[in-house]
Amino acid sequence: MKNLRHINNSFNDDKVIDACSIFGAMNTSGKRFSGTGVIKAIANMHDRGNGLGGGFAVYGLYPEYKDLYAFHIMYLSAEGRNETESYLKECFDIIHREDVPSRKTAKISNPPVIIRYFLDIEKRQPDASLQDDYVLNAIMHINTTRKDSFVFSGGKDMAVFKGVGYPEEIAEFFCLEQYEGYIWTSHGRFPTNTQAWWGGAHPFSILDWTVVHNGEISSYGINKRYLEGYGYHCTMQTDTEVIAYAVDLLMRKHKLPLEIMAKVLAPPFWSDIERMPEKEQELALALRQVYGSIMLNGPFAILVAHHGELIGLTDRIRLRPLTIGEKDDMVYYSSEESAIRLISPQLDKAWTPMGGEPVIARVKQNELRTTESKVEAALSRR
Amino acid sequence: MKTLLTSKFAVIRDPEKCIQCQVCVNQCSFNANYFDAEENEVKSRNENCVDCQRCVIFCPTDAITVTNAPLEYRYNRNWTASIIDDINKQAETGGVLLTGMGTDKDYPVYWDHLLLNASQVTNPSIDPLREPMELITYLGGKPDKLEIDDNTLELKTKMLPQVKLNVPIMFSAMSYGAVSLNVQKSLAKAASETGTMWNTGEGGLHSSLKKYSNNTIVQVASGRFGVHSEYLNAGRIVEIKIGQGAKPGIGGHLPGEKVSCEVSLTRMIPQGSDAISPAPHHDIYSIEDLLQLIHALKEATNYTKPISVKIAAVHNAAAIASGIVRGGADIVVIDGFRGATGAAPKIIRDNVGIPIELALASVDSRLREEGIRNKASIVISGGIRNSGDIIKAIALGADAVNIGTSALIALGCHVCQQCHTGKCAWGICTSDLKLTKRVNPEIGAQRLINLLRGWSLEIKDILGGLGVNSIESLRGNRLHLRGVGLTDTDLEILGVRPAGR
Repeated sequence: MKNLRHINNSFNDDKVIDACSIFGAMNTSGKRFSGTGVIKAIANMHDRGNGLGGGFAVYGLYPEYKDLYAFHIMYLSAEGRNETESYLKECFDIIHREDVPSRKTAKISNPPVIIRYFLDIEKRQPDASLQDDYVLNAIMHINTTRKDSFVFSGGKDMAVFKGVGYPEEIAEFFCLEQYEGYIWTSHGRFPTNTQAWWGGAHPFSILDWTVVHNGEISSYGINKRYLEGYGYHCTMQTDTEVIAYAVDLLMRKHKLPLEIMAKVLAPPFWSDIERMPEKEQELALALRQVYGSIMLNGPFAILVAHHGELIGLTDRIRLRPLTIGEKDDMVYYSSEESAIRLISPQLDKAWTPMGGEPVIARVKQNELRTTESKVEAALSRR
Repeated sequence: MKTLLTSKFAVIRDPEKCIQCQVCVNQCSFNANYFDAEENEVKSRNENCVDCQRCVIFCPTDAITVTNAPLEYRYNRNWTASIIDDINKQAETGGVLLTGMGTDKDYPVYWDHLLLNASQVTNPSIDPLREPMELITYLGGKPDKLEIDDNTLELKTKMLPQVKLNVPIMFSAMSYGAVSLNVQKSLAKAASETGTMWNTGEGGLHSSLKKYSNNTIVQVASGRFGVHSEYLNAGRIVEIKIGQGAKPGIGGHLPGEKVSCEVSLTRMIPQGSDAISPAPHHDIYSIEDLLQLIHALKEATNYTKPISVKIAAVHNAAAIASGIVRGGADIVVIDGFRGATGAAPKIIRDNVGIPIELALASVDSRLREEGIRNKASIVISGGIRNSGDIIKAIALGADAVNIGTSALIALGCHVCQQCHTGKCAWGICTSDLKLTKRVNPEIGAQRLINLLRGWSLEIKDILGGLGVNSIESLRGNRLHLRGVGLTDTDLEILGVRPAGR
């Protein structure tokens, strides 16, 4: 059995410690746009990474295969590929398979083989409510037991592209300027202790959820133990993995609304809760009492995306930067405002959210609560 | 019969400084100091001295020193002075040796083998003087998840009763009778002003303490003294006491001499009668009986109060704790073998039970493995000495700790281990009214408030250094601990890595 710990974290530290740049862009009308701007913006924050990891998540990528699970799998050996492909055939109907297009570049040496598969499971698991778990189990199985194989992403109509290098180099390698999507997130990484490994770069994904993260989760130890109680095994010892699992548990399994999930990850202070009106207070109190062990503590800024929604969130005292920019239908999230201004100099609005204040961008037609505003600082500390 | 026991301590009086004022005579409740009228001189009987330091501190001219008696038995690894003395005591009396306080034996203190982490470079430490630092803790059972109305964003789940602690430090159960009313008053007042809990112990609730009910844990133990419906509803938490770390497996005995009029009223027993708490609860002979009592108490309090179950840390504490949680308890209290007592057989105090650190680690791990850790809070006690011990306990998995001895030391206790004699010179563990007035509840409460404040500030400093601003991010976060000088097995049980790795 493959032990991912030794791949990602060969020194067997508690967790991989990162400092990073993050950038996100979303078109709230759901219009797809090219990645050129995002690549330029993240490249502008070159110095926040150290060339040991860069990556992108793109949504609205495969309109032609919209309803199929799009697996992006990295292989380190032909043997691993054979093993994994035979497993995929067992579990799925492979509708289409192709190499992920890439180009030879000066900076990226020794890249793995990366293949994408469009998979149908209607026949294997007709019950829609169980399909996500079915797919998730398959991904976990490949990542933990199949030799030399690693699934970058497995959601529908989305993909993660990542690897070892600066993000602009990864973009060049994967020819990302040729793609279009309505949400893009990206990440440049500065790990302090890890051996370069392609799977260890951000974004991390579970189904169509992706997380990019700048920071260090000092509550990692208890977050991990809490998630283990729900059957999540944090094999990679990165704190980002914990965030991805937390999102999956809270949103998919416990069915908490996005705004509420943000209040679990970065809850209001007790002193703020004391001043809330009764109903709101009751909820905030219960959230902290029940979910205290999954609160993320320590410096972080994260972008969490899935179809239709992109959320930016910092820790409660904002120890890592996050700036928001708005221009027409576009919403930008960035570690530095300069990166936003570089690609959209005339912003309608630019601001820095309060620590712990979630900034949620939603595709308009899905917008349930407000019709006017593109960005809703939902349930923020009013 | 001539006693073969020798004096353990020597009272040395500096003749230059002594003014023959007899304060030491009045202060000594063990008759170690006396006034020799014939010679018109204050003198001492070393054989009665227990080294409580009362006379040393109260001597107005600083004339007295109490030291270990210089005479020592010939060195022998096996036959130490205390073993020889114990044999002599039993040869002279034919009884069970009683003692007070927690064990003084040289067992390992695991707290002293655990070290905490701090932030450097990759994450910033947080300055508690400039940023919020949260210690608030809620005790009580929690659901697995919350259900929220998608449209109104209102809470649909009904929460079980929760009890708020401003600091994760409570006062251990010490009954009225074992300690004086003034001690309980000090504890209750301090708990109420700090926003934490004090615990009645098994002695009922004195009517003068009812005003502190919001900060009171009422105990139901095997003797059921002072238990009635009003009592159960007078506190915020009801605690079923199964065992005590200092004397696991045995009951208690408050001698009739201590059952004064007030104690008699509070305990609801005749004045002067012995108050005997049986070893087991005679309605709990197994776990299913405990379940019934838990639910009976929930019924009696109309499901408004968390029910706590206190056990001594024994070998299979993890399995027992699991049963207690499955039996419906909202809080599990585990009392380690270094925990103190007002009176216990010495052989039990010194030989039964296990260290609280190991019991806590295994209970927390077991409840997590079984997926029921959220169903009950874990409170530990038994030899918690400072804020370092507390923060390590929380990192191992405790929600809160109880302090007994530390609190009594704040009230003047000098740990002379004479609690069982009823002669406490510091007026703490006695019902002699001449002695109990030595504890002033106003001053006592202030000293306890100061202690909790000091420890809270230290805990905040440590949390900030770790880079977290809330105690729940440290609770059960064993990655912030490292072990030094421990065996692989110790480390495995504690769930911590060795320092350097």
